[in-house]
Amino acid sequence: MEQIPQIPKEKFRLIHDENNKDQEKIGTPSLTYMQDVRRRLFKDKVAVVCLALISIIVVISILAPIIAPHNPNAQQVTMSNLPPKLGNLNIPGMNGYQNMGGHMVDAYKQADAPKGTFYILGTDYLGRDLLSRIIYGTRLSLVVAVLATLVDLLIGVPYGIVSGWKGGKTDTFMQRIVEIVSSIPNLIVVILMMIILKPGLTSIVIAIAITGWVTMARLVRAQTFQLKEQEYILAARTLGEPSMKIATKHLIPNLSSTIIIQTMFTIPNAIFFEAFLSFIGIGIPAPNASLGTLLSDGQKAFRFLPYQMWAPAIILSVIMIATNLLGDGLRDAFDPQSSEN
Amino acid sequence: MADERQVIVSVKNLKQYFNIGKPNMVKAVDDVSFDIYKGETFGLVGESGSGKSTTGRSIIRLYNPTDGHIYFNGQDISKIKSHGSKMKEFRREMQMIFQDPYASLNPRMKVKDIIAEGLDVHHLVKNDDERDKRVRELLDMVNLNPEHMTRYPYEFSGGQRQRIGIARALAVDPQFIIADEPISALDVSIQAQVVNLMQDIQKKQGLTYLFIAHDLSMVKYISDRIAVMYRGKIVELADSDEIYNNPLHPYTQSLLSAIPVPDPEIETKRTRIDFDHKRPFEDDQRLQEVLPGHFLYCNDEKAASFKNNK
Repeated sequence: MEQIPQIPKEKFRLIHDENNKDQEKIGTPSLTYMQDVRRRLFKDKVAVVCLALISIIVVISILAPIIAPHNPNAQQVTMSNLPPKLGNLNIPGMNGYQNMGGHMVDAYKQADAPKGTFYILGTDYLGRDLLSRIIYGTRLSLVVAVLATLVDLLIGVPYGIVSGWKGGKTDTFMQRIVEIVSSIPNLIVVILMMIILKPGLTSIVIAIAITGWVTMARLVRAQTFQLKEQEYILAARTLGEPSMKIATKHLIPNLSSTIIIQTMFTIPNAIFFEAFLSFIGIGIPAPNASLGTLLSDGQKAFRFLPYQMWAPAIILSVIMIATNLLGDGLRDAFDPQSSEN
Repeated sequence: MADERQVIVSVKNLKQYFNIGKPNMVKAVDDVSFDIYKGETFGLVGESGSGKSTTGRSIIRLYNPTDGHIYFNGQDISKIKSHGSKMKEFRREMQMIFQDPYASLNPRMKVKDIIAEGLDVHHLVKNDDERDKRVRELLDMVNLNPEHMTRYPYEFSGGQRQRIGIARALAVDPQFIIADEPISALDVSIQAQVVNLMQDIQKKQGLTYLFIAHDLSMVKYISDRIAVMYRGKIVELADSDEIYNNPLHPYTQSLLSAIPVPDPEIETKRTRIDFDHKRPFEDDQRLQEVLPGHFLYCNDEKAASFKNNK
């Protein structure tokens, strides 16, 4: 047998330490939580498109007084029921011609409109500019949506957290209240509201405030129940963290995805609720426009003047679909696990 | 020899029941008494649902004990109010390491904020620089790279996360740490890493551990004394060597006979001892010292027989 050469002791050195440090190094860049959410959201093409659409609609309705070409409530009976016309560009369907008794007739000429008058989306039966009415109507619908969201956040979220966190008798009591409130259909609340208040924005918002937060409260409560048994909450308790701090530091950040997603579903619901009330005639009173009143007016002449209903219907659908899809995108973006697959 | 040492935690007749007065009442911990001496590692083993985790959580007052007393450094902490100043003081002295490293760290917080949570609650640091410095120290203590303090928990492995949990517990300089199955969610190579780290820190800081686990071989490795729990009661309590070499309770014997041995020759001969789960306890039984430092849950007659044999 050959002898193994002796290796001097000095040649040995401890490599374990450095090796370990390298092993534990994390290569990926350090992102904050919000950066990570943004990155995941922007990967989702559908959500980005929806976000852009919603942003455009929001900006337009905020700038309504500047952008709207006409006063939305100014009546001009001579100009009633004019079809859409965009300048002098001869685009079919947007050229001011209308089918009258089998012939295409220039409705603007018939109404003796001064040269250069045109309404991009046409006018309604009182000669009001439909585009301006839609812009103002969208604005009103968005106001309802924002107020409904605020109610959700300010009543629903704290109510759910308290109910879930306290548990026991407090929870039973608070949940009975929720059940009572949710058992009253909000249509009845609005109708009852009519007795005290005039129909209008206030009564719609109050009706939403009374009944709208229930779903949010229930979701947040269920989630809180799950979270409060999590070990990091127990760890915070063993460290002596007060309950208020646990709610703001641990619960709300971990509830944020539930809250945001629920908000994204509250918005279209509120808009649709307002549109529905206006459509059946107990919502926004005339002459103010909302998407609901526009649909209601347009529906009456839909057979002959379909453009009066198409435009508000498309806007309403776009808002509702976009918020729903954006809600889906946000749900994925807020879930760190979804980044892996 | 054990009695000369200072008692840090003394549990007397602790009872923890849930859903009291309802048909689904659970006696999770039923009349348990034991002492833990300063500087030792006290192992608590038992099957799932035997009440070992509940015992730990009652001691650290995550639950309000139904009955009994818990003395910490001679002070009864079983009745102190949840939000008083005494409780806050107590929260600094006793800490907990949790079972699931994936659930015990808030996924929305940076590592440095997780570790500094205790520092903030107890106002242990004056400014942000001091806070960062302390967090660095703690990360270094658990062999983690201090540069990772701005990372989020999901970027770490199970073993690393568990070490972050240890750093969080150490942040407030506790004397006593309850480790609630700290290694059962980790794979075997990482288990050794975490257990060795815990032992190193124990030596450096003079800590006392209550080590809850169901892995008997790991408990023997880390513990000085072991208590075996079964259905909410401690059935046997002794030094770890004594428990392993001379188990007296049939349940302990059954448990020990189930440990596999990494030796094929022994393994082929190993026979499992069955334990009769139908009649575990009788009314005249209680936990009593049958041999020096060796407690057994049995009746007086049986205890006397051990004394006579001696």
